[in-house]
Amino acid sequence: MTPAIWKLIGESTLQTLSMVFFSTLFSVILGLPLGILLCVTAPGGIRQKPVLNEVLSRIVNVLRSFPFIILIIILFPLSRLVVGTAIGTKATIVPLSIAAAPFVARIVESSLKEVDPGVVQASRAMGSTNTQIVFKVLLPEALPSLISGLTLTIINLIGYSAMAGAVGGGGLGDLAIRYGYQRFRPAVMAIAVVIILVLVEVIQFIGNKISAKMMGRR
Amino acid sequence: MQYFTSCFSSARPTVLFLMRNFYMILMICNTIRRNSSQEMTVQIELKNLVRTYNTVHAVEGVSLSIPSNEIFGIIGLSGAGKSTLVRLVSLLEKPDSGEVWYDEQRVDNLPEKELIQQRRHLGMIFQNFNLFSSRTAGQNIAYPMEICKYPKDKIRERVAELLDLVGLSDRADAPISTLSGGQKQRIAIARALACKPDILFCDEATSALDPKTTQQILALIKDIQKKMNLTVVMITHQMEVVRDACDKVAVLSEGKVVEQGSVKDLFANPKTNVTKEFLSHLTTNTANVREDGVVIWSDVPAHYTLRFLNDRVETPVISDIIREFDVVFNISGAGIQKVGDTKMGTMVCDISGEPKAVKAALKAIRERGVTVEEEQA
Repeated sequence: MTPAIWKLIGESTLQTLSMVFFSTLFSVILGLPLGILLCVTAPGGIRQKPVLNEVLSRIVNVLRSFPFIILIIILFPLSRLVVGTAIGTKATIVPLSIAAAPFVARIVESSLKEVDPGVVQASRAMGSTNTQIVFKVLLPEALPSLISGLTLTIINLIGYSAMAGAVGGGGLGDLAIRYGYQRFRPAVMAIAVVIILVLVEVIQFIGNKISAKMMGRR
Repeated sequence: MQYFTSCFSSARPTVLFLMRNFYMILMICNTIRRNSSQEMTVQIELKNLVRTYNTVHAVEGVSLSIPSNEIFGIIGLSGAGKSTLVRLVSLLEKPDSGEVWYDEQRVDNLPEKELIQQRRHLGMIFQNFNLFSSRTAGQNIAYPMEICKYPKDKIRERVAELLDLVGLSDRADAPISTLSGGQKQRIAIARALACKPDILFCDEATSALDPKTTQQILALIKDIQKKMNLTVVMITHQMEVVRDACDKVAVLSEGKVVEQGSVKDLFANPKTNVTKEFLSHLTTNTANVREDGVVIWSDVPAHYTLRFLNDRVETPVISDIIREFDVVFNISGAGIQKVGDTKMGTMVCDISGEPKAVKAALKAIRERGVTVEEEQA
């Protein structure tokens, strides 16, 4: 283990972190409105639109069931369009966000649907507009559950980002494959895996803490 | 505005004067209208309401006049269509046919935007309280004012006022989960009253509460109704609630009103089987019932408590004693309790007559296997 390798490990970790951070950010930006839309347009929602709901639901399902490794390849043109290149850390953020967005949408949808319908009825009875119901009732009421969902998303993205290494996406997964597997250096692979495990543990721990703290205040 | 147009028909100088002072007069008119509308309460008129879900007729042609400034009860078993009816009257749902009128305004066919405005003049409380778990007690009360865009300092002021009204001033910052059922309903009442509604709807508001708390909540609603000149519509399946809180009542069965009138008349002279059924399930007012199930109907304290066990419950002990001795019984309370398989009758009474006769009578009662407890006066 030369200092150069350690430096590489450090860089890869940072790459993974930035990939996960930005793809989480963008998947939430895409997925949150989609999830809200899925919830309010559903039968029994506050603004029922059966056709729109069905169409959105299908799109989300298709995207979710798409194998990620194939999605990356299909989205090469989009990555090139958005960030100017189809390889490297920045480019991987595009397919990561697209892959996680429908996942986030479903998590948001199910969290919002868990909100007591009686509470929604009460807020309607008080003369809330639909926008007020979404932002002042549904989202705050579902917050602990949304935080748990976000934790899950981040952890999934850590896993996905490792897969991105297979197509030259950079990050710990890339390091593990190129140095650990292809150059027969199991120690590098082991270190990469351990760092990923630690990252997952830390994220889960923080997520649980925040969620529990919120529930404690209720 | 009527006043305004009638002024126009009078002499021309007056018209000119009015034109010059147009704004001032308009403002005065508005103030008068505002003030009078705060004094006046809203009367509700339902005309032949129908609401069907798939093929289930939830509400089948309900016509009702709900008078202003009173507590109006709507009683029915589950499935009678009460909940649907209250959602129609409170503008949460639109009827398939029929009309809802608040005073002179038809409200069931308003466009969504006006419906939302109209709902802000209504208050509603529910069986499950439906408070926001993400907000503290005080923040729950603040919610309706927030959506109506009240200024922050006014909200703070009004929240304190309302917490005081429902007697929970010290619980402003309490999370909802730390409140008892009765406290939750008090907060829900405060929240419903935040924007000074004209009408308060109570949808099974006491059904999740124990009898004692139910009485407290009903007392609070009655008190608030008087203070704020509210029109209260109380949906319930408990005859006790109607008896203890309502002025008038309508009995709902299978989506139709089968009987209505003043609560007194309904109790004295129930006409339909549904109503009679409700009355037969009526548990006695807990205020007059002692722990041993004895109903006390006289305020005069009595000296003797007689306990009859099993077969003694059925034998005419008292009649026999009266016939045999020269004593008079003044019964002020009685009841029968079943303890396992044993029946136990209890009677609270006074026995008057010659002291000798009373003594002999008591002895005879004891000989017949009845326990006599004497109150040491």
